[in-house]
Amino acid sequence: MDIKVLGPGCPKCHETEKLVREAVAEASVQAQVTKVSDFQEMARLGVFATPAVMVDGKVRVSGKVPSKKEILAWLGR
Amino acid sequence: MKELKPLDMMAGCDCKPKTVREAREQLRAQRAEVRRAESEAREKRVAEALAPPSTLPGKLGLASAALIIWWNLYGMLPDIARFLTQGVFGLDLSSHLGASVEFFLYDTPKVLMLLTLIVFFVGVLRSFFTPERTRRLLAGKSEAAGNVLAALLGIVTPFCSCSAVPLFIGFLSAGVPLGVTFSFLISAPMVNEVAVVLLYGLLGWKVAAIYMGTGLAVAMVSGFVIGRLRLERHVEDWVQAVRSENLAGGGDEAEPLGWAERIDAGALAVRDIVGKVWLWVVAGIAVGAGIHGYVPEGMLASIMGREAWWSVPAAVAIGIPMYSNAAGIVPVAQALLGKGAALGTVLAFMMAVIALSLPEMVILRKVLKPRLLAAFVGVVGLGILLVGFLFNAIL
Repeated sequence: MDIKVLGPGCPKCHETEKLVREAVAEASVQAQVTKVSDFQEMARLGVFATPAVMVDGKVRVSGKVPSKKEILAWLGR
Repeated sequence: MKELKPLDMMAGCDCKPKTVREAREQLRAQRAEVRRAESEAREKRVAEALAPPSTLPGKLGLASAALIIWWNLYGMLPDIARFLTQGVFGLDLSSHLGASVEFFLYDTPKVLMLLTLIVFFVGVLRSFFTPERTRRLLAGKSEAAGNVLAALLGIVTPFCSCSAVPLFIGFLSAGVPLGVTFSFLISAPMVNEVAVVLLYGLLGWKVAAIYMGTGLAVAMVSGFVIGRLRLERHVEDWVQAVRSENLAGGGDEAEPLGWAERIDAGALAVRDIVGKVWLWVVAGIAVGAGIHGYVPEGMLASIMGREAWWSVPAAVAIGIPMYSNAAGIVPVAQALLGKGAALGTVLAFMMAVIALSLPEMVILRKVLKPRLLAAFVGVVGLGILLVGFLFNAIL
């Protein structure tokens, strides 16, 4: 599973990344979590509000911090 | 059939007690185990009973009950403050200390309660306005109407200052005109519910209304002027490339929310925002209370009063590079006003601090060429300057 956390580095983005990593550990799924903080890359991925989370190329949330329950649902748990 | 002897009955059972003491200990351990299980079950039941309800009627009931308690408590605040100051602390209400303590005990819960209520409703309201929806509403709008709509949408669209650049690109790529995009970017951080509630609670509804009205006006007019300046080619080239290749507009639409989720969004906003700013509010009111009781009025009148015309540009020049949110700056504004600074000067200072900042400029530089960035700072700064002069002249 390929997970991207998009955000330039604000507190909300850090919180999102932390939650995603926790959820991945909890769900014990094989997932590659990467942080995207380059604006050009974000625009290329089609994300215009941060923080945002992409799972396997699909934008799951943008513009707010997701709850851990939501993240676990995306991971299929 | 073999007759069972007492000894056989115990045979094969490894829990056979060897002594009386061991038997007692075993029994005690078993009882402790039962007690622990019982208390765990009880704790679980209590936790379930206290947990927020997960159904919509439950949430609505809880929200209404909270509202009724809020309403009654709010009406009792002046009496509670007076009772605590006079009855519990034994202070004279007409003394300096008594006046300060009563002011603090009344204003702190008042402002925090107002903040909680408004943040909750704005949180619910915001769940209707995602950045994607705002972008769709603004795409294809003509300039003047677009500027007005963008500034108004800036109030209700969820916005984090670090989102400014992705939003900027997103708006432009959806065909929102440059000036309209700027109207949104100016209004979103400046005109928000925290600023308005704090101003209302600490300085009265007139100042709150003036701040909101002039803030919106600055956002609308500055955006319009930036649009007229025709600076589109001063957006960084790579942003323009995104614009042409991504015109269809990316970003998947989130699933529509139900009312239960919207109430959750309100509660989440309260936890997030009030949890972050309450300390600022308490500290600010404590300072305000000190001024209320002790500092003679008119102390700052000579340097920040109406007669000192140069205080407005000075306030804007000092305020632009500074970075603070509304929660941090409103108590300062209150302190300045309390010492005799003019309202226009204080408004200009507040707006300059909240709307423009050095960190924001560094981030925006990634998408704006220097000339457009300078135009943005210049036009907004000028607008704020005019607001300052206007209110010093008419009030």
